[in-house]
Amino acid sequence: MSNGTEAEYEVTHGRPQAFYENFDRKGELQHQTHYCPGCGHGIVHKMLAQAIDELGIQNRTILVSPVGCSVFAYYYFDVGNVQGAHGRAPAVATAVKRSHPQSIVVSYQGDGDLSAIGSAEILHAANRGENITVIFVNNAIYSMTGGQAAPTTLLGQVSTTTPAGRNAANEGYPLHVSELLATLEAPVYIERVGLGDNRQVAQAQRAVRRAVENQVRGLGFSLVEVLSPCPTIWKMSPVDAQHWVRDVMEKTFPLAVLRDRTKDVQPKAAPATGPALEEIPRILGVTDEGEAEPSDAQAKGGVDLQVRVAGFGGQGVLLLGEVLAEAGLHAGLEVSWLPSYGPEMRSGTSNCHVRLAREPIDSPLVAHPDVLVAMNEPSLHKFCASVRPGGWIFYNGETVPEECERKDVHILARPFMHVADELGDGRAGNMVILGALLEATATLPQASVDAALGQLVKSPRWLTLDERALARGRELLRESLQEVCHEG
Amino acid sequence: MTSAGKQDRGRLRVDQDECKGCALCIEACPPHVIQMTERLNHYGYRTAMYAGAGCTGCGICFMVCPEPGAITVLRLASHVAASAEGVKPCAGN
Ligand SMILES: Cc1ncc(C[n+]2csc(CCOP(=O)(O)OP(=O)(O)O)c2C)c(N)n1
Ligand code: SF4
Ligand code: SF4
Ligand code: SF4
Ligand SMILES: [Mg+2]
Repeated sequence: MSNGTEAEYEVTHGRPQAFYENFDRKGELQHQTHYCPGCGHGIVHKMLAQAIDELGIQNRTILVSPVGCSVFAYYYFDVGNVQGAHGRAPAVATAVKRSHPQSIVVSYQGDGDLSAIGSAEILHAANRGENITVIFVNNAIYSMTGGQAAPTTLLGQVSTTTPAGRNAANEGYPLHVSELLATLEAPVYIERVGLGDNRQVAQAQRAVRRAVENQVRGLGFSLVEVLSPCPTIWKMSPVDAQHWVRDVMEKTFPLAVLRDRTKDVQPKAAPATGPALEEIPRILGVTDEGEAEPSDAQAKGGVDLQVRVAGFGGQGVLLLGEVLAEAGLHAGLEVSWLPSYGPEMRSGTSNCHVRLAREPIDSPLVAHPDVLVAMNEPSLHKFCASVRPGGWIFYNGETVPEECERKDVHILARPFMHVADELGDGRAGNMVILGALLEATATLPQASVDAALGQLVKSPRWLTLDERALARGRELLRESLQEVCHEG
Repeated sequence: MTSAGKQDRGRLRVDQDECKGCALCIEACPPHVIQMTERLNHYGYRTAMYAGAGCTGCGICFMVCPEPGAITVLRLASHVAASAEGVKPCAGN
């Protein structure tokens, strides 16, 4: 007898008010963040949002977003927002705070942002004792750009720029920014916390709140460094990444309160009233701007095939395009392959533009594809209208939603990932689609496709699987054409 | 209202569209009352779900979850006032 009615229960932990209800500024997936599953940025965002709620300061908070995976923090926080150049957030925060002393200014930064390119800005803001709050998310790597070493990378840690592991003799030692800043006179509060387990998370939440509260009380410069998992670049499961923070990262960066002068300093009184929230964008001169549409490719002469492949990261979108382009090259065509993806590594949109032509290619952008490959529904929605009449849409799904139906293009809708599952691994779904695409367009000889595949797919197991997937895709297309003939 | 007096102190709601299946909440839950679904959601993720009983309402799953509103924790009304605000580090972690 464990469950009463829902009415007897009250929400005690729910979506913080400080977040937008819907992330309108994102083009799609508007109820999710763009962060990978298990990303520490999401957890730290939530702690900051909770603190803003608890302190009742939403209408006077101004967040300065960095460059890094958290570049879009302003998508999420329903507060005043400024996005600073790489590493410059503490300088921007200084300006915002000094010109709007009644506002609560938070500089949110990654470790590359704060400890590498922005090392001067943080040092001097701390040394001036600016009455700002710095949230320093240390994941020991440049994540957004794909995993280059940061000053904070651990000794021995493998990154794309330290492939044999960080070596002190060559790359120096992990930089302890919080300890460095704690040698200065002015900072009031500096603490390093972690997201390594429940206990650490609870402590991190308290520290984030304190760092904001200090500013509300006018005490001075506060910084919280959060050791934060990046499962994607670390190539770990979210749970393993969490444990790595506690078991490995913490050994280099011990958790500690490095400075606490909150009891000794005299609060500087902040003016009581500030401008209305609606006024802030105008005062700061920031306005919303729409997403820029890629301009149309101009000269069409000699173009054989323009393809757009769209889906989520991890669905093999880029590889599909690469095999196609590489095969075109092998067949003696001019080709271009242009990947385009958001700052996220996984879970976000990923798409690529491929052109195969006899004449030189003017622009690698494909605004109006002859062939659209949509790996999921959001991608289909986004691009279905752009396909040229007479073209093809390959959709990884059972049925095409009504609003995407078109009479003037061919559509093949199949759960390609499931088809690949039957062949042994759902991840070969991209190659099933490529098979169908090759069969439909008939621009490339099979030998060129084989050569491209052999070049790009190194594992023999995957090569066999991909070859079978391609063949199955061709078969699916032929079957679908027959169905049409029979019906007709 | 409650007859047995054994009613769970807490309850969990998981938004199936927002959850990304990272499993951090499952790892964090002291009484182990969160599971992973077999089914994939709209975006192709397996998601977390409440096992249906045994939640203490501690709220730690909420704090470890990276998505703003994937998790909502509820507490039995009579216990809300009694417990202090915020998340406590849970025993057994
Ligand atoms: C002036 C400038 N230099 C370099 C870059 C490229 N860049 C983008 S993000 C980044 C590093 C981000 O690392 P970090 O601050 O640790 O953030 P994370 O993605 O790890 O959260 C770099 C070097 C840039 N955008 N601008
Ligand atoms: S790569 Fe993914 S997991 Fe890593 S910091 Fe960026 S969003 Fe988070
Ligand atoms: S509130 Fe606590 S007990 Fe309930 S599901 Fe979440 S972690 Fe488990
Ligand atoms: S922590 Fe959040 S996103 Fe991760 S599995 Fe649990 S509910 Fe889903
Ligand atoms: Mg980083």
